[in-house]
Amino acid sequence: MDAVSIIGMVSIIISGITIAVGSVGPALGEGRALSQALMAIAQQPDESATITRTLFVGLAMVESTAIYCFVISLILIFANPFWDYVIKLGGG
Amino acid sequence: MEITTDHIIFWEWEFIHINATLVYSWGVMTLLVVGSWLVSRRLSSGTKMSRWQNLLEVLVTMIQDQIREASRQEPRHYLPFIGTLFLFILVSNIIDVIPGVSAPTSSLSTTAALASCVFVAVPVFGIAQQGLRAYLAHYTKPSLLMLPFNIIGELSRTIALAIRLFGNMMSGSLIVAILLSLAPLFFPVLVQAFGLLIGVIQAYVFSILALVYIASGQRVKQHELEEALNEDISPEDQDLHENIN
Repeated sequence: MDAVSIIGMVSIIISGITIAVGSVGPALGEGRALSQALMAIAQQPDESATITRTLFVGLAMVESTAIYCFVISLILIFANPFWDYVIKLGGG
Repeated sequence: MEITTDHIIFWEWEFIHINATLVYSWGVMTLLVVGSWLVSRRLSSGTKMSRWQNLLEVLVTMIQDQIREASRQEPRHYLPFIGTLFLFILVSNIIDVIPGVSAPTSSLSTTAALASCVFVAVPVFGIAQQGLRAYLAHYTKPSLLMLPFNIIGELSRTIALAIRLFGNMMSGSLIVAILLSLAPLFFPVLVQAFGLLIGVIQAYVFSILALVYIASGQRVKQHELEEALNEDISPEDQDLHENIN
């Protein structure tokens, strides 16, 4: 197996693993944060505006870890620097 | 498949490339500036006003209320910067639904520029409020050992701001593009509508986070806090309170 196909195979496998592992943690954390926020709104309906705002900001911050994994898996598939380097070496 | 709009080049001369990101962000800037200029030509202070003035007033009071509640300070100093960030990102995210137009925020260059603005604004607001020496001293709190960690935190949260907005906007358009090849009939419309919601939430989150970062670089004075909170109570309510007391 030559270098190009090894790099392609490893990139695709790792990008799948990246998005799989990277989405599990944030999903668990967001579910937990959401359930706590619902409980807080049920106990204090007057404070629902503050709770909702804090929840949105917090969810966006938690979600950004999943977004990092997504960006990295996209880079591995669509804009892989090692792949470009090997192809340039082989072509030149 | 393109994951950035920087490669779509409309016009180039030697080393100057006018790409799609630039063109669309200029478009958003023109839309905002010319729109609000046209509206603010004929402002009225009476009860009769044009519907566009009403729209701008609703926007400005909403942003003011959000800043007051989130930072617990007077919104006067923050309103121009935070309001501009919010409106620019909001309009940039929303024009993504126009066919043929891509959101300038789905390019890392735009979001990195916006995050750099926040990175510069934090020390500028901090030094303006409490002076150079006091601002620099707050990096060594609680002890001198924390100095490198504070600096790393400052840098990493800037990068996080940029990547968060970029990732959310880019993933929205990319998922629609992938779905168009899988199930082109009805499903992409739903995902596009969901992308609109994500765009509005991300604009809100970006400006709230910028506000939180700026406010954390400042020392809150106790009397300002009380003033800001008292403004929520209207004068009639205060009379009522005094009568009860």
